[in-house]
Amino acid sequence: MLDVAVVQWKPRKGDLAANFGALESAFAQLLAGPGGAPGLVVLPEAAMTGYFLEGGVYELALPATAFAQRLDDAWRGAGGSGPIDVSCGFYENDQGAYHNSALYATIGGPAPRVRHVHRKMFLPTYGVFDEERFLTRGRRLETFASAFGTTAILICEDAWHAIMPTIAALKGARLLIVPSASPGRGLAGGGLLESVERWRSTLSLTASEHGVYVLYAGLTGFEGGKGMSGGSCIVAPNGEVLAALDELSPAILRATLDPDEVDLARATLPLLGNLGAVLPDLWFDDALPLPRGGAADAPGR
Amino acid sequence: MLPVVEVPLQRSDGLAIDGALTERWLVAFLRDEMIVRRGIERAVLGLSGGIDSAVVAYLCARALGPENVHAIRMPYRTSSADSLGDAQTVADALGIHVETIDITDAVDGYLRHASDADPRRRGNVMARMRMLVLFDQSARLGALPVGTGNKTERLMGYFTWHADDTPPVNPIGDLYKTQVWALARHLGVPVHVIDKPPSADLEANQTDESDLGITYLMADRILSQILAGYRNEQIVAHGYDAADVALVRKRVESTHWKRHLPTTALVSSTAINEFYLRPVDF
Repeated sequence: MLDVAVVQWKPRKGDLAANFGALESAFAQLLAGPGGAPGLVVLPEAAMTGYFLEGGVYELALPATAFAQRLDDAWRGAGGSGPIDVSCGFYENDQGAYHNSALYATIGGPAPRVRHVHRKMFLPTYGVFDEERFLTRGRRLETFASAFGTTAILICEDAWHAIMPTIAALKGARLLIVPSASPGRGLAGGGLLESVERWRSTLSLTASEHGVYVLYAGLTGFEGGKGMSGGSCIVAPNGEVLAALDELSPAILRATLDPDEVDLARATLPLLGNLGAVLPDLWFDDALPLPRGGAADAPGR
Repeated sequence: MLPVVEVPLQRSDGLAIDGALTERWLVAFLRDEMIVRRGIERAVLGLSGGIDSAVVAYLCARALGPENVHAIRMPYRTSSADSLGDAQTVADALGIHVETIDITDAVDGYLRHASDADPRRRGNVMARMRMLVLFDQSARLGALPVGTGNKTERLMGYFTWHADDTPPVNPIGDLYKTQVWALARHLGVPVHVIDKPPSADLEANQTDESDLGITYLMADRILSQILAGYRNEQIVAHGYDAADVALVRKRVESTHWKRHLPTTALVSSTAINEFYLRPVDF
């Protein structure tokens, strides 16, 4: 069992000090709350800077270890005395290569420990998005051992490609952490932005197809007219949206994740197991544009 | 016999909006962009008596409180008396501040040096004078000018460049005119203001739709298809009149420049907004 807190976050644009200060307050709130500190805190994409930075990325990106140290400082500043796991999106400076990344770190121990960094692979560069102009895409989707079990991080558009959670699940993921910064659009009706409805249905289908928990943390607040559409939610392995926030309010979702629910969902709807059985037939189809000797050999590229 | 469901070639016009959702989103936009980002809690806007500025006044009143909204009526001597009255009706309904600054002397003072000015030039002088007044009142009141241009007029180029489009925030600039009407009904804008023919009121008996040569409803339906990427012949196949489609397309394609900042000669690899890129709120 793992107690988690998904934080819908509204940063002050480009102000690392102010945002880590606000995070310290959020940590203090969690520590003082009735449930006490959770085992895992999940924050959105680009949570400590805001999303649309353009060239400001080069001023605000941090190495993963430095970012984890800032998280650790905030935790200790809030009075945190024991270890806690945090997953948070940030702009990463890896010796001059800049990525839209999210880390999973254990802080509050003898020293902050970065346990995983996922670098966003699908950098949206169309319409309002311009990520690939400023950033380098990640090259690998890895799973890692979190406090819950085998876990993967998918950043925003990563999760819109059905193959990504599929690969994560095939690699053993039982939990997907999805930090996001999604400009809201579509006012046609139903009480929810169309972009939020799409997220919710995508995440529900993702969870139920593979029998995984999904923790979706959305950025909120307006950035130069573009409103980040929040909509943070926790989805059970059977696809049920256990809790969800609106588009606009910074808030915290708390839940307890039960590993047995993953097993039960997979027993009830064994799609992941079926996929594992059929996958070789699908994968080794010569008509698929897949590399056989390395990424550079991929036909159609 | 099996029942047959036919899917029409013509798509939904995509213009429907959820009034409550739209209000919530745009009120949040105003609060974030004005108070959170800029630290300014007061708005100033030109209240013409028309639907666009009425809707913006309603949104500002709900976002900031009516006591923080300052509406300025800026009539010229040829302006319709009805416009002044309709603006007053909106201000009274909301309980916002309203004052009148007549621009006749200022406009005529310049036009004495431009006796050959045709109605279009005169209209542009009035629009730019109103923006001059609005920005000066902004400084007097410590209030942020709020724009009232809608997506239809922006796309059709039906506005005065560096006049109507200059306020630093605009809550309705991504709403087509027909969506502004729908939002107005949701917000409770007086029916008379919603139903009267839209007019820039720069010339006697002027209406927008006669200026544009097409109704707003038809223009919006065609615009939404153009922006979705359809070619003219596809839009005609969807049931629209070829001449209307051509008219709207021509207006959009001849006015791209009006939706941009001035063209600057690029001579370095640090040219602003070309190489040196920082977002507006950075």
